[in-house]
Amino acid sequence: MAKVQLHNISKSFGNVQAVRDVTLEVNSGELYGFIGPDGAGKTTLFRILTTLLIPDEGSCTVLGLDVVKDYKKIRPKLGYMPGRFSLYQDLTVEENMQFFASVFNTTIEENYDLVKPIYSQLEPFKNRFAGNLSGGMKQKLALSCALIHKPELLLLDEPTTGVDAVSRKEFWEMLAMLKNEGITIVVSTPYMDEAEKCDRVALIDKGKILRVDTPENIISSFEKTLYGIKHPSKYTLIMALREYPYADSVQPFGEFVHYTDQRHEFPVQDLLEFLTSKNLTDAEIRPIFANIEDVFMELMEAQTNE
Amino acid sequence: MSNYAIETDKLTKIFGEFTAVDEITINVKKGEIFGFLGANGAGKTTAMKMLTGLLTPTSGKALVSGYDVYTHSESIKKNIGYMSQKFSLYDDLTPEENIRFYGGIYGLDGQQLSKKRKELIQSLELEEVRKKLVGSLPLGWKQKLAFAISIIHDPSIVFLDEPTGGVDPTTRRQFWERIYQVAEKGVTVFVTTHYMDEAEYCDTVSIMVDGKIEAMDSPKNLKETFKTDSIEDIFIRLARAAKRGDR
Repeated sequence: MAKVQLHNISKSFGNVQAVRDVTLEVNSGELYGFIGPDGAGKTTLFRILTTLLIPDEGSCTVLGLDVVKDYKKIRPKLGYMPGRFSLYQDLTVEENMQFFASVFNTTIEENYDLVKPIYSQLEPFKNRFAGNLSGGMKQKLALSCALIHKPELLLLDEPTTGVDAVSRKEFWEMLAMLKNEGITIVVSTPYMDEAEKCDRVALIDKGKILRVDTPENIISSFEKTLYGIKHPSKYTLIMALREYPYADSVQPFGEFVHYTDQRHEFPVQDLLEFLTSKNLTDAEIRPIFANIEDVFMELMEAQTNE
Repeated sequence: MSNYAIETDKLTKIFGEFTAVDEITINVKKGEIFGFLGANGAGKTTAMKMLTGLLTPTSGKALVSGYDVYTHSESIKKNIGYMSQKFSLYDDLTPEENIRFYGGIYGLDGQQLSKKRKELIQSLELEEVRKKLVGSLPLGWKQKLAFAISIIHDPSIVFLDEPTGGVDPTTRRQFWERIYQVAEKGVTVFVTTHYMDEAEYCDTVSIMVDGKIEAMDSPKNLKETFKTDSIEDIFIRLARAAKRGDR
């Protein structure tokens, strides 16, 4: 059974269309990612799913219940971690946990097994004010508080934004563990590389779904042959490639510039000679695999040209 | 003249009992893009504050653009640019007004200012929105404007503190293109980021753990030394060994 169903959902604020005709389903037990930059509409979608906002158009059910009619039944079953840190900074770690447990008519002890792997890391600091925790610890506390009533569905809005790579990695390990406990999870992130941690993802931009699929399928949907081109003068290289008559796309991408060609057969030697004529000798060209950002950018461009 | 834009020798900052920055020695070549990575709490911000003349070190040496951080912090401030994640643009001013304001602070005269203003509005393609309030602009536009303003006084070094958070990948690429552009003109770029893939854009990457520089080299050499194909792997290996902090 689908835990979340969105059907033709739209929401505007004044003349800003935050969410445009979004249709998607999240299956039971899935770890589902909303992947997109700021302004994609991720937070608005979460607010609709958590019954905090009423959509302008379309229908939405969460755990089989209607988000507008049945909001009171939905709320106790959800665990929600908003994008902005929203715990009580002037309560201690333990007091925050007790508060959230009591709001949901439960106790820390009752669901301790579920939160233990995460909360036990915080227990040495349980008398510290939440406001004095490091970024990674705040994130763990917020997750523990969202889990304390053993929700059926966990909704996490950008939990890994602004925290360092180690905390991010640990956070995804915790989500994998919770998924194994059978909890359905919807998580949003602006970090494209985190898509691969999800079972399925929706790539979202400017309120619209660009694509929904498994990360593997999304990456393999990139049909063009991608080349990595390297030269010490990166900016000159980018500018030169854009002048090459057969260039399709030219994007800086770390060590290499990612390049696609308009032609079916791509004569590497011809491009090398062209670059040499622009004083870029000894450039390195090699075929490379596309990543999720390459696909995202291509889908964005297709959307703009529509 | 030295070939380095930034040179430090055992630069240290101690707050009470806590050694935030512990004898770091770095040399940043002129015109290079230097990636300054580290876990939250590793001491990056404190190190940046010393290098930008905002905080006096406890011990060690540091020359920024040839100026001593102990004695010439005001000269340093005039010769560097700085842009942070939180920008520092005024939302209730227009792009033109922001340019005029910052240009004025950096001492550009009327003629230079009007020339810069026209140049920037044109090169950033802000023609349409030049009279709109900055607060109403998309994040990507604000970022490119904040970057342009951070180098309005033609500094020799620009410090970018997590400049690309939250934007879409296309905008992020365009931002890096601008960074390459200024670096090729000879401006030194000192950048911090949480995107590990962005480390690959840098000529040199340093990784800070518990106040110390644990690794510093080109991305290619780092990957060879640590026998892996991702900077993220290296970062995680080093940062997980951190004793400090309560992650």
